[in-house]
Amino acid sequence: MANAPARLLVADDNKVNRLLLQRSLQLQGHQVALAENGRVALEMLAREPFDVLLLDIAMPEMDGFQVLEHLAKDLRLRDLPVIVTSAVEGMDSVVRCIECGAEDYLTKPVNPVLLKARIGASLEKKRLRDQQKELVRRFATREVAEDLDASGFALGGHRVDATVMFSDIRGFTAMSELLPPEETIELLNTYYTLMFDAITGQGGVVNQMIGDGLMAIFGAPLPLPDACSSAVRAAQEMLEMVELFNREPDRAGKPAIRIGIGIASGSVIAGYTGTDQRATYTCVGDTVNLAARLEAHTKVADRALLIDGATRAALGDACVAQALGPVTFKGKTDAVEVFAVGA
Amino acid sequence: MNPSVIDTAVFAELQEAAGAEFVAELVGTFLDEAPGMLAELRGARAAGDGERFRRAAHSLKSNSHTFGAQALGAQARELELRGLAADAAQDAAALDALEAAYAQVAAALEELRHG
Repeated sequence: MANAPARLLVADDNKVNRLLLQRSLQLQGHQVALAENGRVALEMLAREPFDVLLLDIAMPEMDGFQVLEHLAKDLRLRDLPVIVTSAVEGMDSVVRCIECGAEDYLTKPVNPVLLKARIGASLEKKRLRDQQKELVRRFATREVAEDLDASGFALGGHRVDATVMFSDIRGFTAMSELLPPEETIELLNTYYTLMFDAITGQGGVVNQMIGDGLMAIFGAPLPLPDACSSAVRAAQEMLEMVELFNREPDRAGKPAIRIGIGIASGSVIAGYTGTDQRATYTCVGDTVNLAARLEAHTKVADRALLIDGATRAALGDACVAQALGPVTFKGKTDAVEVFAVGA
Repeated sequence: MNPSVIDTAVFAELQEAAGAEFVAELVGTFLDEAPGMLAELRGARAAGDGERFRRAAHSLKSNSHTFGAQALGAQARELELRGLAADAAQDAAALDALEAAYAQVAAALEELRHG
């Protein structure tokens, strides 16, 4: 459908222009809302979603240029297609509008046929952008999507302080061999839903899912004031959720799920790795390796949640953690202190 | 009606695109709004506010062209591009002429919308 009904906003201080544009757009099957100046238009855009903005330039209170500048700075509205409709003369204002981010420019009186074509093109662009955003959202996290949106895509990383978490399901491979494939996938989906809720609820970002395991970052791409505590709280919540899940009536007679979680804090290199065609937001470095080792060590130590010394130190006395003594992990030269949280 | 006041081809095109009934209402809106724009021009001239003067002239120009009032539109356009004249008397004369042109347009549009 090339011209499905869309929600359009017309911003024009002149009543005749406003009504005429509204009429033309309604005849083309669209829903139209009206604003009598730029300030009112921005208020309406903040309140409700629109597909295209038709914007006049010469307006009192806030003119079209100022509206374009505001939109460019607003993450949520930056991609809203704007068609400038104006009787302002001269190439200068056309150029300035396009430079400010306007999609198109129509001179008044607006030709209805041209208007229809421009609206159609803008809606198509909006549809493609929305689709692209939806894809990014599905395959990346909201934080990564927003970071991408804000700073654009560039391979390469920067060093940040963050807390890294690894988690997986104990004996999942053996369990999945006994289950029908559909049930395995359903189990994984339920598990991931519960874990995502716990992690994102504490401000963490799940950036990798491999089979039954996941990696989460607290403190990147967006800084988190209390990354260590947030990560440990998320881990405790994950363990509680798994317990509740095991006690659900329809899990009766089925093997209980157990998970192991490792958490480490420190400097990581965060950024996009891969190629220009396919890249992923990730963190690498010693801290990441240590978190993975701690998670693996939960089997050896027979504890559900292990954290490193840096995370332990950040938690202070508020958290009860048992020192398990120094452990020398494979591939590491120095032994590290390991702490177990909870039972 | 003086044929030079309204370009009837433009007016007919507008009716074709938006519907005669709607255009009749739109003319009514213009006749309600235009005296305000003329008053705004006088007020801006008196206050020496060039920005307001240009904006009011711009609005009147834009609407004149919508209805095919090309001569009125051209006069308003001249004021928009020129802005306030150094000589206030020159603006007063231009505004007198503009108001006279508008009176003709208003009469012609009334005729057209009932016709």
